[in-house]
Amino acid sequence: MNELLESLVELIRRTSAEIPDDVNRALVTALENERKGSIAESALKIVERNIELAKRKSQPICQDTGSILFYVDAPIGLDQVAFEETAREAVRRATAKGYLRQNSVDSITGENDGTNVGPGSPAVHFHQHRGDALEVRLVLKGGGCENVGAQYSLPLEKLKANRDLDGCRKVILDAVLQAQGKGCGPGILGVCIGGDRATGYEWSKKQFLRFLDDRNPDPRLDELEQDILRTANELGIGPMGFGGKTTLLGVKIGAANRVPASFFVSVSYMCWAYRRQGVELGAAGAIQRWLY
Amino acid sequence: MKELIAPFNEAQVRALKVGDEVAITGVVFTGRDAVHKYLHEGGQLPPGVSLRDGIIYHCGPVVMKEPDGSWKVTAAGPTTSIREEPYQGQIIRDFGLRGVIGKGGMGERTLAACKEHGCVYLHAVGGAAQVLAECVRRVRNVYFLEKFGSPEAIWELEVERLPAVVTMDSHGGSLHRDVMSASSAALAERL
Repeated sequence: MNELLESLVELIRRTSAEIPDDVNRALVTALENERKGSIAESALKIVERNIELAKRKSQPICQDTGSILFYVDAPIGLDQVAFEETAREAVRRATAKGYLRQNSVDSITGENDGTNVGPGSPAVHFHQHRGDALEVRLVLKGGGCENVGAQYSLPLEKLKANRDLDGCRKVILDAVLQAQGKGCGPGILGVCIGGDRATGYEWSKKQFLRFLDDRNPDPRLDELEQDILRTANELGIGPMGFGGKTTLLGVKIGAANRVPASFFVSVSYMCWAYRRQGVELGAAGAIQRWLY
Repeated sequence: MKELIAPFNEAQVRALKVGDEVAITGVVFTGRDAVHKYLHEGGQLPPGVSLRDGIIYHCGPVVMKEPDGSWKVTAAGPTTSIREEPYQGQIIRDFGLRGVIGKGGMGERTLAACKEHGCVYLHAVGGAAQVLAECVRRVRNVYFLEKFGSPEAIWELEVERLPAVVTMDSHGGSLHRDVMSASSAALAERL
């Protein structure tokens, strides 16, 4: 097996079986904050035990191993066709090893060929840069949380949401309210203000590549992120929607330009089983370091 | 923690209230989107499967075949239940279910069926695939594996002390309705 293939299989294994440190720290804090003896505390204790078990047994944290999203930052000259072929083979092998569930279904026939490889699966997003580093990030996003994502078009009279940051705040909090526990909270929001419908959702998901404890360099978005996190955690939705203090672990917001006629706010919800990892690869494809 | 041990019966289920934490021991059958749609459209359960006084688990497990031909569940958390809302009430009534394990809760029609027929909704911790897989002692059988694929098949599982919370009981109580209503009011004060 060539080195790149081996590295990508290992990236998939680790992403599926191990929660990144930044997310784990946030979950530990959430557990400490919940009222002792509450259902919320029981739920987070199960989450904590689950994280330990998955890591020890090298098995999926969650059985819904999700949509497979690769983000590749590559130097100019990388053979993207060859890379994508290798990524598809890595997905096949990781599925055969049980790191990924047989999770990809033909949308027309409903058939599942058991490989996880098909049109759009895995999704590979390439981004070229002028440096030398080849970085590959992977997000496995389960269907439960994907289903509670929402896209709003402003103005939205029903929520009294205008085309300004306060309007954005209203619709983002509405997404949290509508999601309740159905996205396997405590969750993490990735949001994009602006863009068209497709890039809006795409950019909202790219927010999940940020560290959970980072701060937004744009002070207006930073303030909005902190406000939504604080407000959401005052709503009492809690882990799994059982009621409790921790509804969200983090909020990450980006902004893209829009055309004057459109004003979309796209909200992606990530479950507590926040499966996101990354590697920097050497020239031959070997893993040089882990990014999270 | 209340023990909920097979054989499940109406009295056992009627004694449960919203907020009770339970540990489930006995046989459960997995069933999710494809199975619910199939039963709703008049499909018959395969020979050997009876849901009467039983529990259905909204779950699409990761199951590996062992060298000796037996099955091993390696991940088995709940899937989102609300997708089965159009079908669940009818299936509770027609097949005599006593419990539905899933996540995220269900709606008014399922709640009404729980009250009328003596059934509860048992919320497992979503994403806790390993903790819940550890509770699976044995895979007794699998049905519709070819027809629906592995995640959507009916897996007959023996579970031991599978943890869940009663979030919809057989008396019309729903934690989901209560939390939705309280959180809506809390948000209205903060807009």
